Amino acid sequence: MAKMASKTKQGPGAVVSVALTAALLALMALLLWRMQAGIKDVYIMKITRLCAINITLALAMNLINGFTGIFSLGHAGFMAVGAYATALLTIPASNKAMMFMIAPLVKPLDTLTLPFPAALITGGLLAALAAYLIGMPCLRLRGDYLAIATLGFSEIIRVLIMNAQPLTNGAMGLRSIPANATVAWTYGVALFTIVFMALLTTSSYGRALKAIRDDEIAAESMGVPLFNHKMLSFMLSAFFAGVGGGLLAAYNGTIGQDMFRVTMTYNILMIVVMGGMGSISGSVISAFVVTIGQEWLRFLDGPITVGRFHTDGVVGLRMVVFAALLLIIIVFFRNGLFGTKEATWSGVWRSFGKLRGLGKRGEAA
Amino acid sequence: MSAIIQHLANALSVGSLYALMAIGYTMVYGVLRLINFAHGEIFMMAMYIVFFGLTMFLMPWYVSFIVAILLTAALGVAAERLAYRPLRDAPRISILISAIAVSYFLQNLATVLFGGRPLTFPQVPLFTSMIDVGGARISRLLILTPAVTAILLIALQYLLKRTKTGMAMRAVARDYDAARLMGVDLNRTIAMTFFIGSSLAGVGAIMWGMKYPQIIPTVGAMPGVKCFIAAVLGGIGSVAGAVVGGLALGIAEVLIVAAAPALAGYRDAFAFVLLIIVLLVKPTGLLGEKTTEKV
Repeated sequence: MAKMASKTKQGPGAVVSVALTAALLALMALLLWRMQAGIKDVYIMKITRLCAINITLALAMNLINGFTGIFSLGHAGFMAVGAYATALLTIPASNKAMMFMIAPLVKPLDTLTLPFPAALITGGLLAALAAYLIGMPCLRLRGDYLAIATLGFSEIIRVLIMNAQPLTNGAMGLRSIPANATVAWTYGVALFTIVFMALLTTSSYGRALKAIRDDEIAAESMGVPLFNHKMLSFMLSAFFAGVGGGLLAAYNGTIGQDMFRVTMTYNILMIVVMGGMGSISGSVISAFVVTIGQEWLRFLDGPITVGRFHTDGVVGLRMVVFAALLLIIIVFFRNGLFGTKEATWSGVWRSFGKLRGLGKRGEAA
Repeated sequence: MSAIIQHLANALSVGSLYALMAIGYTMVYGVLRLINFAHGEIFMMAMYIVFFGLTMFLMPWYVSFIVAILLTAALGVAAERLAYRPLRDAPRISILISAIAVSYFLQNLATVLFGGRPLTFPQVPLFTSMIDVGGARISRLLILTPAVTAILLIALQYLLKRTKTGMAMRAVARDYDAARLMGVDLNRTIAMTFFIGSSLAGVGAIMWGMKYPQIIPTVGAMPGVKCFIAAVLGGIGSVAGAVVGGLALGIAEVLIVAAAPALAGYRDAFAFVLLIIVLLVKPTGLLGEKTTEKV
């Protein structure tokens, strides 16, 4: 602790840091508010909201994979549970009757609709329940076995969704989900998730989780009940994944089991790895970079002319480039943007200091 | 009676396809302690190579098969060289993510190169014509697949038990550091492991394609995960275990669906249920060696 105190002395103090963070948040809120009022471009606002949903999803995965060191690949399954729950609880009854053509929707759900926040929370809780059931056997496994087992359960959830016609409309998916994922909701949830994760990871629970990540056996001998902590982390991760999935359903308007293949898990994993496994600020920044980057790279799918070379556009090229980037990051910068560290104001201060130092040296020379 | 023969022949051929691919997983896991997530995508690439060899370059089937197997093996070796070797001293989680990234990359690459629309694997009459066995009309493939698998297994056993390369592989799998100290060329041995594993996946892909002729960029994902499960079931790291696990999984799948057709929609879920049971009851698999966690 003494070391940290001396470090912070170089930069702004704690009060200033909090003030700066508040100022940044206020600026962000103002910017979003102005954008919503001023920008008529639906596309830009869509991407802006997707960034926030990805923050929630990435932080959910970072809790279990980054902070607890459990390599779970079941994210898409939990998202699917949250997405279907939110969709079924918010679609108006008349639309449901139209949609379920092969078999009618099961009893209470066919007329039941809940307000959006209640539906989101229900989706999260159901995902956490699924995590409890899956975690019972899976969390007793280690390392890559756990990865495969959670991946398997995620696929099982998908297969169940495909076959449970009267509950999920099977392979046809769900349509006309009310578009509740507004800027306020997506960023509100993202902010709540950030604050929750920041408080959790600095609490005694969070320190215990990091201890499990760093050395399971040492943590156990220091009196950390391994299974309980892993389960807590797994269920919380699933809860936020479920909420994120619910937001995604409201954002998309339509969902189908095909959305929740392993590729979905990989997409979120890419954000987490790029930001640094075990860094909240890393995941937040990386969610923006990856989401906007994937859109920006869209030009790769269109016609390209480089000198004499011309193509009429190759659909999917941007995903190849993106996968290659992920590979390069893993191979050459495997700690991502921040590793397990956080972006702090004193860190910003120090890097400014370095820049000034470089500038001065430049002048001297 | 004829239905039973059909189901049994089918079960045996699916099982031997799983076994061929499971060997690739188990060998790589043996030397690197890595689930090679890209194995299913290497399998997928082999199917596309055969497709284009036969339809675009109009090669005779045997030429296109050989070309596909060699290219697939080269692809496996390249993946190891570019994505796994630089991470050999990194934490195991990094190399696992790297394997996921390779699989993701290959899937997207296939979508760009070959398109997302399903292609139909060309039929080779020598393999796919029907014959009479005990009153049942079955495809020759159902007989040939287990036969080819058996021949390749005998060759692999010879390579592992009787040659210097095989001895080096077993040494690396047993104790990585000791093998290095004894002068085993690690890079060469690991590359060889990927070469053999990927070429077996190539053979498996060819026979898979003739059995299930639809090719899409994600065609390798499900067989990939299932065959890893087969390897775990048999005891990861053991070649004999991979064969036993692959056969057991294939036979169980086909026979359960044959006995209860209502469960056909859940066919892909069986393997995962089986995996959980095995990991909880006997984590080392049927033929696996017991390992202890050292502090």
